Amino acid sequence: MNNLFNSYFVKTHKLEISITIIALVLFLIYFLGAPHVFTRFPIYRAFMQSMPFFGIIAISATFVVTLGEIDLSFPSIVGITSLTFGMVLTSTDGNFYVAFILATSLGMFAGLINGLLVTKIGIPSIVATIGTLFFWRGLVNVISQGSGIAIVDVADGTWQHAMFVQKLFGKIPAQFIWFIVLTALMQWIYRYHKFGNHIHFVGDNKASAQMMGINVDRVKIIAFVQLGFFSALAGIFTMYEMLYFWPTQGSGLMLTTLAAVFVGGTSVFGGKGTIFGTFIGVLIIGSLESGIVALGLSGFYVQFINGLMITAAVTIYALIQRKKT
Amino acid sequence: MAGLYFFYMAEELLRLENIYKNFGNVKVLKDVNLNIKKGEVVALIGDNGAGKSTLIKVITGVHRPNSGKVFFKNEEVNIKSVSQSRKMGIEAVYQERALCDQQELYRNIFAGREITNSLGFLKIKQQRKEAEKILRDYIGFTSKAITVDSTVMGLSGGEKQGVAFGRSLYFNSDLIVLDEPTMGLSIQETEKVLNFVRGLKNENKSAIFIDHNIIHVYGAADRFVILDRGEVVGEFMKDEITREELVQKMIELHESGKIEVEA
Repeated sequence: MNNLFNSYFVKTHKLEISITIIALVLFLIYFLGAPHVFTRFPIYRAFMQSMPFFGIIAISATFVVTLGEIDLSFPSIVGITSLTFGMVLTSTDGNFYVAFILATSLGMFAGLINGLLVTKIGIPSIVATIGTLFFWRGLVNVISQGSGIAIVDVADGTWQHAMFVQKLFGKIPAQFIWFIVLTALMQWIYRYHKFGNHIHFVGDNKASAQMMGINVDRVKIIAFVQLGFFSALAGIFTMYEMLYFWPTQGSGLMLTTLAAVFVGGTSVFGGKGTIFGTFIGVLIIGSLESGIVALGLSGFYVQFINGLMITAAVTIYALIQRKKT
Repeated sequence: MAGLYFFYMAEELLRLENIYKNFGNVKVLKDVNLNIKKGEVVALIGDNGAGKSTLIKVITGVHRPNSGKVFFKNEEVNIKSVSQSRKMGIEAVYQERALCDQQELYRNIFAGREITNSLGFLKIKQQRKEAEKILRDYIGFTSKAITVDSTVMGLSGGEKQGVAFGRSLYFNSDLIVLDEPTMGLSIQETEKVLNFVRGLKNENKSAIFIDHNIIHVYGAADRFVILDRGEVVGEFMKDEITREELVQKMIELHESGKIEVEA
């Protein structure tokens, strides 16, 4: 047992192991507290259906957080790109390719603006992205004039609809499969691609990274651009699920998404993080609301317990980190 | 005589001509001229703010000069980035700042020039193997506590410096730039660093060496270039000046703002 605790894997994966234990304990509580709900399939189907929408963004945002930066504008990027997708899809009589390319390009453009504001103008990311948060949401309101767009006629029953959100074997929502595939891909890039490597170095120590020949500005810009892209993608997934655009789309995502990243164990100081942790963070944060209600507590407890979870998790990580130095 | 030999006979490696560098309104470098021969160790000395660090950052591509010419191996070059200067054969060893604390050694050694496949994915196995070689052969780490998977955080100052040196040797550079290589090191570790600098000459490599400690500088360099407020105010070969005289010159400079150079 002693050997196990001292093994190399355990030493280097303390965060991942802690977060997994937290998740297991949480699900055990659900299971014991509400067996009639958690021994049956529908609750899991509901999780698999709803988690990917913010989960995809959380995975992508882990790159930005590892840089020691933050992006608060993604909820509005989801809004403006979903609006674009809906408008183009309805006005072209369902031309998916044009709608997809325009929406994701706009998402990347919004990310590019964030990246340029942070690197070239030198505005701290938390301030710059508060600005763009309001800007893009404001633009959504101006263009949509507060009304939604139904895409049922041009999207329902198409192969894209099936590809994004159909239930496999009538049970497993396709978006969850996509979520897992994207998580695996992003994990691979995060740990084993040059770009992911540079993300870690820039987040660890910007000046050192620069002296080692890493183009700091470019790494940061690409990180914001990819978050813009995945925000657009998450918006498109949501559109196919709901078959409707509404002007506040995306605005509820901010806290759950960032909570998943931080609960997952990625350091807010930059330089260290884990995509796997974010994935587990998504499972935790995404299950809290239904879990708490199923346990028989009223919905008023949701935020309270959410806050408890986040605070407890980041405290544990801070303690692990402190022991190391 | 050895000094004269270098001055007249040895092949030139780097030459800076009329380098100016401003940060906003502050003129940090004013008309700096400098040359370095092959196999020569040049020490840059001067007070804080004299422009030593800026000068070496111009050479390593961190900063770009506002005007002036840089020649490397007799060709005029325009060094735009750190990766470009590395490719040319200039390698910087920065104290402390050379490494990122939370990352593993095998990643630190190859940061900015990773061994990758054509898609840009790291060849982790190869990187670890090469890093292992650097630790053992170039640095001579024998401690089992330090492996290629160790993070930099747990290393001592001397060990960090060792990693940075090992890295510069491995990449086979012609000019090694050392920024305060002995700062914060123990006496024993300092001696290792100075031995390393002396050893460079045997391999016909050149070095630029910044250090506040004139005793360290005197022991390791062939030539001393004194900077003051962005200008080169004096230049001495080692056999032209004793350590005491060099110290005296620095005190003079500090007191009068001028330095007397005998013809």
